[in-house]
Amino acid sequence: MVTTETRRRTPTLVVGTILVVLVVLAALVSFIWTPHDALRVDASIRLMGPSGDYLLGTDKFGRDMVSQIMVGARTTLYVGIVAVGVAALIGTPLGILAGMTRWLGEFIMRVNDLVLAFPALLLAIMFGAVFGASTLTAMIAIGIATVPSFARIARSGTLQVMSTEYVLAARAAGRRGLRIAVRHVLPNISGLLIVQGSVSFAIAVLSEAALSFLGFGTRPPTPSWGRMLQESQELLAVQPRLALVPGVAIAIAVLGFNLLGDGLRDRLDPKLAGRR
Amino acid sequence: MALRILRRTAIFVVSVAVASIAVFLFMAVLPGDPAQVALGVNATPELLAQTRHEFGIDRPLTTQYLDWMRGVVTGDFGRSYVTRDLIGPQLVDRLGVTLWLVGAGMVVALIVAIPFGSFAAVRHRKASGTLISGLSQLGVAIPAFLAGILLVQLFAVQWKLLPSGGWTPPNQNFGEFVRGLILPASSLGLVQGAVLTRYVRSAVLDTLNEDYLRTARAKGLRPGQALRRHGLRNAAVPVVTVLGLQLTTLLIGAVVVERVFVLPGLGSMLLDSVAARDLLTVQGIVLVLVVAALLVNFVVDLLYTVIDPRLRRS
Repeated sequence: MVTTETRRRTPTLVVGTILVVLVVLAALVSFIWTPHDALRVDASIRLMGPSGDYLLGTDKFGRDMVSQIMVGARTTLYVGIVAVGVAALIGTPLGILAGMTRWLGEFIMRVNDLVLAFPALLLAIMFGAVFGASTLTAMIAIGIATVPSFARIARSGTLQVMSTEYVLAARAAGRRGLRIAVRHVLPNISGLLIVQGSVSFAIAVLSEAALSFLGFGTRPPTPSWGRMLQESQELLAVQPRLALVPGVAIAIAVLGFNLLGDGLRDRLDPKLAGRR
Repeated sequence: MALRILRRTAIFVVSVAVASIAVFLFMAVLPGDPAQVALGVNATPELLAQTRHEFGIDRPLTTQYLDWMRGVVTGDFGRSYVTRDLIGPQLVDRLGVTLWLVGAGMVVALIVAIPFGSFAAVRHRKASGTLISGLSQLGVAIPAFLAGILLVQLFAVQWKLLPSGGWTPPNQNFGEFVRGLILPASSLGLVQGAVLTRYVRSAVLDTLNEDYLRTARAKGLRPGQALRRHGLRNAAVPVVTVLGLQLTTLLIGAVVVERVFVLPGLGSMLLDSVAARDLLTVQGIVLVLVVAALLVNFVVDLLYTVIDPRLRRS
């Protein structure tokens, strides 16, 4: 039921959805069409300002900025999807298990705290040192670093569901743990997980940008917003546009997923509307 | 309560031990031989064997680990495989730079978050409050290194007010030290401040609905007075927790910001060591960062028990 309170707060959800759709569209369209070849290097048109043909201008290699941003959106989404996927697939079952068991649960949460001490960026740099820097190592590192968030949220949701009367009824009827987890716990905490997924997606996008900026993420020539920023740094004084364009793209994606997560949370629990 | 502290301390010690083993093993399974890296491809097998012996990497892993840890607790992180210098002293130097940056970033974050967060909470039904909430959302979406790049562009390149990077030690020239720290600390702190603003807002919003605040108003205090005298202290409890946890984020954020501003901190040391494949140094830095994160969590946990008496019973 949509109350007046939630309807009043819906802007978050609407703006978030629009921004996310914008990024997804840019990525999807880039598969079939970009204004120019995003990778074509042409020294004769390097560092051109915005014009009718090159809406956002060209970079120091003469590559079209619009095309690069569009193809870069793919990298961003790709990283987010894999990282959040890894985190959700590992974190959710662990969290539910932790919520349904006593000693094992305690143990899982302790390990969880330990993993939490390895932030995504640090883990990705370590992975990069061992396996070589690439989009894949960055994604997996970000994913593993995000597991604890999912495990925590899944556990707290599970604890709540386990104290309800319908779970008591299911247990009285002799249902086993796995069945309760799948039939009762998972559907009831899926909302929480989707919200967490959206927020984690934003963090993953930020981490990938930072890693590519440091040279531990996406390798050239694959376009990535973080690497576009890094390449822009030496020319900042003369061409701030080179940094602004990918910077705005990153901000749009992160803002979109954050707002989407917030909006969904408000929808699920109107009492919390506007809180965090 | 004593039992709780004892239990938490035990968990902390075990976590540090497990984390150090994890860091050690992670580096040990690394493909590539540090001796080979140090000597180059033309090294003779005899020389390689000798260097391996010198590095101590021809011994069993457990001996290597115990030896490393025995050194680490006394501040001896071993000698770099590449430069052959002692790692410990350099680590301390670099950590100093990073801590200045993190500390200053924290101050900037607080200066931003407390007034704006409280304001947004008090005005949460008005346009001005919503505007601040919106701005904080935008701030969260901007990576610290991007904020840094933009700040350099404005304050260093265009207006030439502040240096675009570099480091002056505080005991050498304090004025230059402060000037050099402003931009890096701001790029780290403004973004973190945006995150913190949302927590301050939510915490203040919670206390605004409390009975004691209504009582204070009933006694004749104006809304601002009531909030300052009774509300903020109560709102501080959750904010302190978040602040503690954000320390870890700041520490990692510093890695990137140091790169933007060419600061000789722990982050740039980490990146340089990775690039040089200086594994023992990488191992030492990662250990310091991870133990710092665990320590912060531990301290926040204990503080929580001290601040909030309700938690002591559990």
